[in-house]
Amino acid sequence: MEALELARWQFGITTVYHFIFVPLTLGLSVLVAILQSFYYRTGDLHYKRLTKYFGKLFVIIFTLGIVTGIVQEFQFGMNWSEYSRFVGDIFGIPLAIEALTAFFIESTFLGLWIFGWTRLPKAIHLACIWLVAIASNLSAIWILMANSWMQVPVGYHLVNGRAELTDFVAILLNERLLVQMPHVILGGFITGGMFVLALSAWMILRKKQPEIFLKSAKIALVFTAVASLLTATTGHDQAQDTVQSQPMKMAAMEGLWETEQPASFSLFAIIDQEERTSRREIRLPYMLSVLSHNNLTSEVRGMNDIQAEMVEKHGPGDYLPPVAIIYWSFRIMVGLGVLFIAVAFWGLWLWWRGKLQEHAFYLKTTMVMLFLTFVANTAGWIVAEMGRQPWVVYELLLTADGVSPSVFESSIWISMTAFTLVYGILAVAAFYLIWHFGRQGAPEEEEGVEKNLHTY
Amino acid sequence: MDLQTFWFLLIAVLFIGYFFLEGFDFGVGILMPFVSRDEVDRRVTINTIGPFWDANEVWLITAGGAMFAAFPHWYATMFSGFYLPLLLILLALIVRAVGFEFRSKMKEKWWRSTADHFIFWGSALPAFLWGVALTNIVIGLPIGSDMNFVGSLGALLNPYALLGGTASLVMFTLHGAIFLSLRTTDDLKERVERVARLLWVPAGVVLLGFAVLGYRHTVLFEGLGLVPGTLPMIAIVSFIAVLVFMQIKKFGWAFAATGATIVFGTMVIFQGMYPIVMPSSISSDYHLTVYNASSSDLTLTIMSVLALIFVPIILAYQGWSYWVFRERVTRDAITRS
Repeated sequence: MEALELARWQFGITTVYHFIFVPLTLGLSVLVAILQSFYYRTGDLHYKRLTKYFGKLFVIIFTLGIVTGIVQEFQFGMNWSEYSRFVGDIFGIPLAIEALTAFFIESTFLGLWIFGWTRLPKAIHLACIWLVAIASNLSAIWILMANSWMQVPVGYHLVNGRAELTDFVAILLNERLLVQMPHVILGGFITGGMFVLALSAWMILRKKQPEIFLKSAKIALVFTAVASLLTATTGHDQAQDTVQSQPMKMAAMEGLWETEQPASFSLFAIIDQEERTSRREIRLPYMLSVLSHNNLTSEVRGMNDIQAEMVEKHGPGDYLPPVAIIYWSFRIMVGLGVLFIAVAFWGLWLWWRGKLQEHAFYLKTTMVMLFLTFVANTAGWIVAEMGRQPWVVYELLLTADGVSPSVFESSIWISMTAFTLVYGILAVAAFYLIWHFGRQGAPEEEEGVEKNLHTY
Repeated sequence: MDLQTFWFLLIAVLFIGYFFLEGFDFGVGILMPFVSRDEVDRRVTINTIGPFWDANEVWLITAGGAMFAAFPHWYATMFSGFYLPLLLILLALIVRAVGFEFRSKMKEKWWRSTADHFIFWGSALPAFLWGVALTNIVIGLPIGSDMNFVGSLGALLNPYALLGGTASLVMFTLHGAIFLSLRTTDDLKERVERVARLLWVPAGVVLLGFAVLGYRHTVLFEGLGLVPGTLPMIAIVSFIAVLVFMQIKKFGWAFAATGATIVFGTMVIFQGMYPIVMPSSISSDYHLTVYNASSSDLTLTIMSVLALIFVPIILAYQGWSYWVFRERVTRDAITRS
C-alpha cells in the first residue's frame, strides 16, 4: 500500500473508533444531567443512585472519547499536512473555538462534578453536569462546522492555491451545517437513550433493583422516542440538501447510474462499479423524487452524467466514490433508524399497558438495539465521508493531494499498528469495566451523606 | 503590534500555560511510584491532581487548535516533521488518561500496577519528548523549499535535543515534587520535600549544561554576548530562589519559583526565535516565519476577538476549580471513601 492508502486507513480506523464514544457522550451526558435534575427536584434517592450509576459509566466513555479525540486533532497535521495548509485558514477556526468554548468547560466542570459531590452546593453541582452536557454537544457543533465546510465549502476564495476566509458568517450558517448538525446530535441522543434503556432493561431482567431501573427506563424511552423521530425528519432534510449540494453522493447512495425523471427509490441492488450498472434491482417508483424534492415528478441525476460533468469541470479522472459501500451503508442507516422508532414506540405502548417490566423479549430487544446504534452511527459517517471521495474538500481538493509528502510509509505502518493495538486493548478494558459496573447496579446512597463519584 | 505577532504571543502563552500546568501533573505522575510507600500513598498522590490533570491537558489541545488556525504551515510542518515523536506523545497521553480513570475501577493488583505503569510512562515520555521537540525547533530542522521536513528520525535524536529532553524532564519532576508538598500531609509530605531538595542540584546541572550549550548550538542568545539578558536572568534567579524557599520551608513560594523558571525559560525560547517559528537548517530562505506561515488577517482578527472574550473566562473558572479543591489530600480522606 502507498502512504496515501495507509493514511486513509489510519484516519478511517481512528475516526470510526472515536465515533463509537462521541455519540454516546452526547446523549448520555444529557441523560445523566436529566437524572440528576429529577433528584434535585424530588429529593428521591433513587434518582441519585441512577445519576451515580450512569455517571460512572459516562466517565469511562467520556475518557475514551477525549483521548481518541486528541489523536484526531493532531492527525490532520501528522498525516494530512497539505490538507492542513490548504484549509487551515478556515478549518482551524472551529477547531480552536471548540477548544476555547467546549473542551475547557467539559474537562474543568467534569472534574468539579466528579469530586464536587461533597464540596459544592447542590444547585451549583447540578449546574456542573449540565455545563458538561451542553459543552459536549457544543463541541460536536464546532466539529460539524468544520466537517460541513469540507462537504460544502462556502465563504472562501482561493489565494495561491489555498482557501482563504472571506465570510465567517457564511461558515457559521453553512446550509450543510444546519441540516447535518441536528441529525448527528439527535443520532447521538438515540445512542445515549438506547444505552440507558438497554442497561436498565438488563437490570430489570436480572431482577436487580427493578423499581429503580424502571424509572430510568421510562425516562430513556421518552428521550429515545422523541430523538428517533426527529433523527428521521432531520435525515430527510439532509438528504434533500445532498441532492442539491453533492449530487454525486446522492446518486451513489441510490446506486443511480442514469438520470431519471420521475426517479424511483432502490430497495435492493448488486452494484457493479466496473461495469457501471446495478443488477437485480428492486425499485419503488416515484419514491426517490419524493425523497429528493418532496414531489412525484422531479428529476434526479445519475452518476454517469455527473461524472461527465466533473471531467469537464476538473479535468480527466474518476470522480466516483466507492458506490456499493455507500449504497449499503445508507440502507443500513435508514433501516436501523426506522427500527429504532419502532422499538421506542413499542416500549412506550408496553409502558402504557403497564407491561414494560414483564416483557422479557422486549427488554432483550433493547440490548440488541444498543449494539445496532453503533452500527447505524458508523454507517452514517461512511455515507457522509466516503460519499465525498475522491475529494477531501468537495470539488476543491482531492484526498490524494492532501496527504503529508514528508511522512514515510513505514512511519504510518508503525502508527497505524500502534493505534489499532492500543485502541483494541482499550475497547476490551472499557467493555469489561462497563460490564463490571453495569452488573453491580446502582450504588447505595444514604440520606444526608455525600460521597464523591469516585476518587482515583 | 501586528496580528501575526499577537498570535505568536498567544500561542507562546498557551504552550507556556501548558508546560506550567501539565508540568506539575507530569511531575506527580513521574514521582508517584517513588514517593509512595503503599497503595494509600499512591492514591493520595494521584488524587492531588485528580480534578485538574484533564483540564491542564486542554491547554495543549487549544495550543494545537490555535496553531492550526493561526499558523497552518507551522502546524503542518511541525506535526508531520515530528511524526514518530508525536505518535509516542499521543500514545503516552492516551495510556496516561486511561491509567488515571481506570485505575480505581478494579481492586486486583495486576490491574492497578498496570495503571501505575501507564501513569508513570504516560507522564515521563511526554515530559521528555516535549523538551526534545522544542530543542529541535530551536536548533533548526532540515526543512525544504515546500515547507516540508526532509530529514530522518535520526536527525531529531541529536545529543543536544536529548539534553533538552532531560532538562524538561527534571524540571517538570521538580515542579511536581513541590506541588505534591503543597497538597499532601504527614510522612508523604516530608518525603516529597526531601525528594524536591535532592532534585534541585541535578536539575541545576542539566539546566546549566543546556543553557551553556545553547550559546553554541542555537540562535537564541545571538548578539547577547556574555550578558544573558532580562528573561534568562529572571529564569536563573527564580531557579536559585527555588532552593532558598525550600530551605526556609516556604513551599508555596518555591512552587511559584519553579513555575517562573518554566515560564521564563520557555519565554526565552519563544522570544529568541521570533519572528521565526521553524528555522530551516538547509537555508534561511526556507525558514517558516510568523508572516509566511500565518493565516489571513480576517481569520486572525476573528480568532483574536474570540480569544480576548474566552481566555479570561476560562482562567476565571479554572482558577475557581483550584479554589474549590484547595484542601490537602489526606490518607484519612482516601481510606474513608
